[in-house]
This record gives sequence, C-alpha cells and structure tokens, in this order.
Amino acid sequence: MAERERKLATPRGGVFVPRSQVMSADDVKRALVRIAHEIIEHNKGSDNLALIGLQTGGVQIAFELKDIISEIGNAEIPVGTLDVAFYRDDIQLRPVLPEAATAIPFDITNMAVVLVDDVLFTGRTVRAALQALSDFGRAKSIQLAVLIDRGHRELPIRPDYVGKNLPTRLTEQVDANLEGVTIGDVIKGRP
Amino acid sequence: MSPLQNALVSIGDLNRDDISHIMKLSAIFSEVLRRDIPKVPTLRGKTMAMVFSEDSTRTRTSFEIAAKKLSMDILSLNSSQSSMKKGESLKDTLANLHAIGADGFVIRHSSSGVPTQASTWMTVPVINAGDGCHEHPTQALLDCYTLIERFDTPGNYTTDGTILNCFNGMTVTIVGDVEHSRVARSLVIMLDMLGAKTTLCGPGTLMPRHVNKWPVRVSYHLDEVLPETQVCYILRLQNERGSGTYLPSIREYAMNWGIDSKRASLLPETAVIMHPGPINRGVELAGEIADSSRSLILNQASNGVAVRMAVIYLLLANPGDLTLNTGNFVPIRQANRMTDEPAS
Amino acid sequence: MTKVLLQGGTLVDATGIRSGLDVLIDDSEIAKIAPSISPPRGAHLIDCDGCMISPGLVDLHTHLREPGNEEAETIESGTRAAVAGGYTAVVCMPNTEPPIDNATVVRDILAMSKEALCAVIPAGTITVGRGGEKLSPMVEMNACGVKIFTDDGRGVQRASVMRRALEYASALGATIAQHCEVEDLTANTVMNEGYLSSIMGVQGAPNCAEELMLERDLELAALCNAQIHFMHLSTHGSVELVRRAKLAGMQITAEVTPHHISLTDDMLSGYNPIYKVNPPLRTREDITALVRALSDGTIDAIATDHAPHVRESKELPLDQAPPGMIGLETALAVAITVLKGDYSEIDTSRKDRSGNSQSSRAHSTKSNSTKSKYDNSSSARAGKINSSYSERLTVDPSVLQYSMNMIDIIAAMSWKPAAIAGLDVASGGRHGGPILPGAPANLTVFDPSASWKVDATQLLSKSRNSPFDGLSLTGKVRHTIYEGEPVYLDGRATK
Repeated sequence: MAERERKLATPRGGVFVPRSQVMSADDVKRALVRIAHEIIEHNKGSDNLALIGLQTGGVQIAFELKDIISEIGNAEIPVGTLDVAFYRDDIQLRPVLPEAATAIPFDITNMAVVLVDDVLFTGRTVRAALQALSDFGRAKSIQLAVLIDRGHRELPIRPDYVGKNLPTRLTEQVDANLEGVTIGDVIKGRP
Repeated sequence: MSPLQNALVSIGDLNRDDISHIMKLSAIFSEVLRRDIPKVPTLRGKTMAMVFSEDSTRTRTSFEIAAKKLSMDILSLNSSQSSMKKGESLKDTLANLHAIGADGFVIRHSSSGVPTQASTWMTVPVINAGDGCHEHPTQALLDCYTLIERFDTPGNYTTDGTILNCFNGMTVTIVGDVEHSRVARSLVIMLDMLGAKTTLCGPGTLMPRHVNKWPVRVSYHLDEVLPETQVCYILRLQNERGSGTYLPSIREYAMNWGIDSKRASLLPETAVIMHPGPINRGVELAGEIADSSRSLILNQASNGVAVRMAVIYLLLANPGDLTLNTGNFVPIRQANRMTDEPAS
Repeated sequence: MTKVLLQGGTLVDATGIRSGLDVLIDDSEIAKIAPSISPPRGAHLIDCDGCMISPGLVDLHTHLREPGNEEAETIESGTRAAVAGGYTAVVCMPNTEPPIDNATVVRDILAMSKEALCAVIPAGTITVGRGGEKLSPMVEMNACGVKIFTDDGRGVQRASVMRRALEYASALGATIAQHCEVEDLTANTVMNEGYLSSIMGVQGAPNCAEELMLERDLELAALCNAQIHFMHLSTHGSVELVRRAKLAGMQITAEVTPHHISLTDDMLSGYNPIYKVNPPLRTREDITALVRALSDGTIDAIATDHAPHVRESKELPLDQAPPGMIGLETALAVAITVLKGDYSEIDTSRKDRSGNSQSSRAHSTKSNSTKSKYDNSSSARAGKINSSYSERLTVDPSVLQYSMNMIDIIAAMSWKPAAIAGLDVASGGRHGGPILPGAPANLTVFDPSASWKVDATQLLSKSRNSPFDGLSLTGKVRHTIYEGEPVYLDGRATK
C-alpha cells in the first residue's frame, strides 16, 4: 500500500517511470510458494492461522498466499483485508484516504495472524496495522510477510517472511504485484 | 480538491461527486463502528468545539460520538449558559474558543446563517448542525445514506457517482412545516442535485412564499400524492404553530396532513417513511407507522454517526485529493448491519 | 474675516452649469464670482481644477446617535462624516435616547451642535417616546426650530394617531415624515421577502408592508389636506402610489436612499448583518423603478439614512443584529455612479475616465453561493469558488435609460431636500441656494469623475458599517465649505 500511495499521492505525486524489472511473474510465484511453506513450518501447520492483506497492494498477495497454503495444507484458512488510513501517524503530512475497505470477517482472538503487504519500506504502515489489529481482538501472535523488503526502516520492525531483499535508493519506487516487481522513479508533474 | 474546503454550512456547498465521496467514506466508517473497539486514532489530539444554542438530543450526541470515535476531544458549549447570554458578540465567543484550542466547530443555532457567518470569521473548519430555518446538511447526508442503503441495487457502487443512481426519478414527498424546516431546505437542494422528484405537501401557511421558484412540486392534498410516493418524509410540527396564526389547531393539522394507518395504506407497498425526529406521535405521524417495518427512522439515527465521522474526517484530517479514491469500495449493504435487521 | 478663493471650478446649481469661474468667499458669504480673481492677501486658495462646485448638500435623514448611543456616533463624529460627504446640513433623526420628543432635548442638541462641522437640524418625534400613541409637543419643538416630525425607525401604526398628527403639524406649517412600515407584517423580518429569503430560511418583509402604510397615509393626508414626506421608499409599488398622488396634485414629497438605488437583496446571501437595513434592500425591479422615479421627479430627494452601529452589534446573528448602514460619506459617489449614465456633459476633468463599465447584474459580493444552490452544474460551483468582491459598484443596465444630468442629481441632494426641511433661502434658511454673490457660503467641491475605492476603516464616521466597503465608486468630495469656512479639505476634516 505504501508504495502505491506514494506513487499516486499529491503533493509528492508524479508519474511512475519503470526502469528495470527485478522479478518476473514466475519469480513472484516461486517466492510466494516458499513463503507459504515457511509460514506453515513456522506455525506447525495451518490451524488457527489467518492472513490479513494490507490495502491495497497486500490484498492480492494475501489471497494468492491463501490459495497456496490451502493447497499445501489441504485446509481453508481465513483471509481478511485491512485499511490502516485511520491509524497512520502521517495524516496531514500528505493525503491519506481509505482507498479500500477493511473486512475481517472472523475473530482474530487467539489466532496466529500473518500480515501481508507488497513492499516493506519505512515500517509505518505496519506500525499502523499493528495498532489497528489490536482494536479487532487479541491475536495469539502477529507475523509479517512481504514480497519485497526494500530497506530504509524508520521503526524497529522486521519481517518474518520475505520474498526478496531489494536494496534501493530512497528516491526510487518499487512496484510489486503478482505480475512481477519493477523498480523505477517518480517523475514530478502529472501527465 | 476536497469537497469540503473549510466548512459545511449548506448542502449547496457540495456537488454530486462530493456527495458520492461522502457516501463511500460513510460506508467505510460504518465498518469501523462494527469493530470490537469501534474507535480509530485518526484525529487524536484535535479538539472539536460543540456550540449549541438550541436544545438538541440526537444531533448533538451523534456529532459527539462521531468525534469521539475519531479520538477527538470535545469542548462543549451550551450558549444558553455561556457568555453569549451576557452580550458577548458571537464572533468574540468563537474566537475565544479557537484561542482556547478548538480545531473545529460544530454549530447549532436558533438563528439562520450563524454557521455561514462563523465560517467567514474562522480559519478552522465549521460544520452546520442546523441553523434556524436555514439548513441541516448532515441530516440530508444521513438521509441520503439511509436511502442508498434501502434502494441501491447491488453492484451499483463500484464507480464514482453511480452509487447515487438509485435517486434517479425517485419520488420523495416532504410533508409538513416546510416554511420553518431546515431539514426540508437541505433535502430539497440535495434531492434536486441527485435527480429525485420532490413534492412538498402541507398547509399553505407552512409553505414558503416563493416556493414556486424551488425545484419542487407543491401539493396541498396529501391523499393525492401518497399513491405515487416512494419516500414519505415527514417533518416535525412544532406545537407552538398550532397556537399561533399558522394553523387553526393541531387537530385540524393531524387530520389533514398527519400520517396514520389509513393514510399510510395509500402508499405503494415498497414506500418508506422517514422523519428527522423528534416525532410528535399522533400529530404528524401515528406511533404504529413510526414503528412499522416500512419506517427507516431508526436507520436514520444510527447512520448519523458514520456520516458525521465522514464529514468531520474530510474537514479535519485534510485528506486532500479525493479523486485518488478509486474502486474496491465496500458495498454499503454489507457494511451496515442495520439493513439486515428489521427496524424495531 | 477669513477669505477663501475657490479657483477654477465648474459651478453647478439650480440656475445651470457655469465653467471657468473663481469664487471668492468673504466670511460666511460669497463675495465675488468671476474668471481669474486675483487672490486677496491672506486668502486661503483652494484649487478646484477638474472639480464641480455646488451648493452644500443637505441630508434629510441622518442618525447622529447622540444623545444615548455615543459609542456608535456623536454629533461631532457624525458631522465630520457629513462634511466628508459634502453635506453642510443634516436633519438628525429623533430616535435617540432619550428621544427628541420635547423642547428640552431639542435645545440640548442645538447647544451640542454649536461646535459641529455643519448645520444640525433636529427632527422631533410625532409621538411621545416614539410610542405611537400620544402626540409629542410639536408646538414647543417647532418654536425651537424643528420643522420635521417623524417617529423614524418606526411608522405610526394607528391611523387615528396619524390623522391627528397630520392635522396638528399642518397647522404649524411643519412636515410629518413617515417611515412606512406595517409592523404587524414585519415582525422578526431581516430582509426582503423573496426567493432568496425563502431559501435562506429567514423571515422576509413583503413590499406591501411599506405600501399599505403609504397608501393609508396618502388617504389621511388628503383628508387633512396636510403636507407629508415619505422616507426611504424601497419598492416599485410605493413609487407608483407616490406618482399617482402627485399627478392628482397632492403636496407630498418623498426620498430614497443611496443603498436602495444600488444594492439588492442578493447582498444578504452571506448573512452579513452589514447589509441588514430597514426597509430592506429589495430587487432589481425595485431599483429600476426607484431610479426612474428619481429621474422623473416622482421622488424628490436622496437621503442617506446614515445609521451607525458599533462593530459588535453587526457581528451578531442576522436576526439579532440591528438594521442600518452608514452612508453620509458615500452618498454623492453612489448617486453619481448609479445615476450618471454618461459623462459627456461634465467634461471638466483632466483625468482619463475609462473603466466605467456597466456590468450586467447588480453587484454581488462574497459568499454568494446561496443563489446557485439549485444549480449543480460545474459552472455554478466554479462561480462560487471564484466569488470575490467585484471591484466596482456595478449598475444594472435597466437603470441606464433613466440616467440623470448632474444638475438633477445635485438637486436631489441639495436644494430639493433643503426646501423639504425648510432650510432653503426662500424659507429663510442658508442651504441649497444658487451660487451667487451675497449668497451664504455653504458649498461642496467634488470631482465628478474621480474613481475611488471605499475603505470603511478610513471613513470619518465612528462606525464602520458601510455596505460599500471595498467597492469602487465614481465621484469624490474634495472640499466642503460651511459658512465660509473650509471644514473639509482634501480628505481631512479641519476640526
């Protein structure tokens, strides 16, 4: 979510110009399969396991992970979506809007919840998500899965499952989804 | 550009797209209200001044709860016990509240135009919570939300604007004391903007003089308009009108413009009853109709909080460009559990 | 004693327009009028190039607020504003505290006015305490010089009282001036009753509240064969009633205010109490009828209804704020801007006079969103966002056909009101007469083509409630001579 938001948001807004693809769709798929295995291994199965995708970039990935985990573990696990706009600490620094809805149609109490996002950057989205989740109940544990960890953390937050560690410059942008991962720049001004 | 620059004093401050945005945001906040801990830290540290110069139960509590669910602090001022009574000018009162730390104002006043005046004096947001006989914009917005909840066809909510399609051609009859009703003035503007067909019905003394220039049809005979009414919106009759020169008697009003079971039976099957409250049961609306399954009155009350959260959020959180808000928006029908339960 | 020489102005008075003349004033009288008078030793020279010199303006309708409400205005500050507006005489309204309803108060005011910058002529009340019931002692007040009686701020509601007042005053040769308002129809009203008041949710005063009383009083005046003056007419219906009565030969007079011929009820759309006035600002149709009536003489005079109010009282909710607006300092400029359709006749100016564009609608101001509430088109929205002060007081095209020449404009502001108030030379007064040697030196020097922007904070009145604040007007008073003394010179009162 963080990446997409930055990409679109005014006043920092601009046009995303891709420079190079760092993962193909197949690469992404392989990384997610590995993450799924790690999640099952770490949680000793898929009982009491739930995924929550962070709006908007993490949602697609969470649903893909669910499919993979269900296939491996031969059991359905619940998936929710979480929008953290109302919990962000940077309201008024730049436009923040609930771009999408929160839907957690299950009780997270005593569950192992895996937060899923596309790109981990400063860690502020995850911080907001942790606070938001605490309003939904007391999870047994909360873990973090991201497709890309691009560094530049501003908070003491560390992912449990990473698709790829991608060193970046602060000014670069990363677009990560199931079709692949692209690194590029944002050019000022709108088309 | 955000639809709400620095104030919401009239529904006329908004256009159709703005209303559509507010409806979507309201749906999102109604989800927040269903959480175990229905409160978000969004506006932590901000203070909302509630300036109410008139008695109000539901509007005031609704605004207070909305602000509190957004983690705001409330600075409450009842001007009947304030320095306004001591002859301090309204501008001075508000400037002092701002100096004390108010980040926004919710104003209800018995005089029309006070929120408009306040918005020209203040640099912080002003929300009109009902001014004299002028407007009550958040009431119109929550009525809009309530009607979408009831009449929107599933699948219509995905893109901008279409969430309001259910209003196209919707026949709304507003019954009662239009002349003194701020709710009616906001509704008429909004319904016209949304493409609904509005009819005003009531005694001649309670119709505004220049109502012929309003975008409405006027009728003085309720029984004639009810059969073609989808939404029967009943206004409160202030009892003092009956003792003045407006009406011969409350009884005569109730007999001709009150909605009882017999009159309600003239409405189409699917028609709904709305009322901004508080109801004079047995005057403008019979108790059994107010409590019937076609009444949306409790839905109106419960939707008020989410809609007011949306308005407060837009004005105080400064979320910027709303055109970013694309797609993936939760269906209102799913978001609000009230629809699944019949009104009690 | 003091000699003042006005050099090179254009004289405008009841006899016509004369250019290129100097006017020498000796003490309180005009000594000599000739081209290029050589300045006597010690004379105060005033350059009037490009300006017009007229008999001093006379206001039939000024609220000086003293005694009782000195915070809003005093005799001193009010007459300072008067001379800044070119007035050498003002009739002050009796709705003071206490009201001017007996000879003692009249004498007090006359005493307090001794040091004033211009002549102050008190009007007395018709009824004691303006209560509308018991006649005031008009004879004793008349003996002190009061020639106009009015309960202004209120109309005399009871027909029987009005009848007696007319009978009593006409026997004295005094004039009853009526504020026409049937109060039963105007309770709690804040503005004109119309579409705008209906969507603003405020009580509006219908035109007929004024016309019903006007019609009644015409009948009563005919019955008593009495002189009557109608104050601040505001509706096209009132104009028709007065026109018919005058055609029927009745000896009646009428006035209109600068604001009623220039501003419409649109001004109220932002609920700004500055624009609240009684009678209320009406519509374009009414403005057109009022201007037409001025130009054809149906309405005799322009009177300011200068009504100062302290800042706080105009920061109240619209329905609680008092009605009234100040107008002494802008009256002539508003009259010229609205009534003077073309400038060819007064080509005395050195300046370029471009910018007299006539826009298509009576001017609008800030927060004008109310009008477009039912128009959800994007243009209406853009219009709302872009709304700002239109710089210039704009004049509705419909009034252009009734534009007046400068003599008629000054007539309505000087010698006609002087005659109504009994201040003209024929009545033994010293105001409004032709500019001739030997005549009293009460003169106004104004630049008919100067454009200026009203800044309420710069006005000399103690109050700031000008509806023209921020607007550009044409015509600026430069100097005012009262009884031979330059009391207002180049934008400054001299005492």
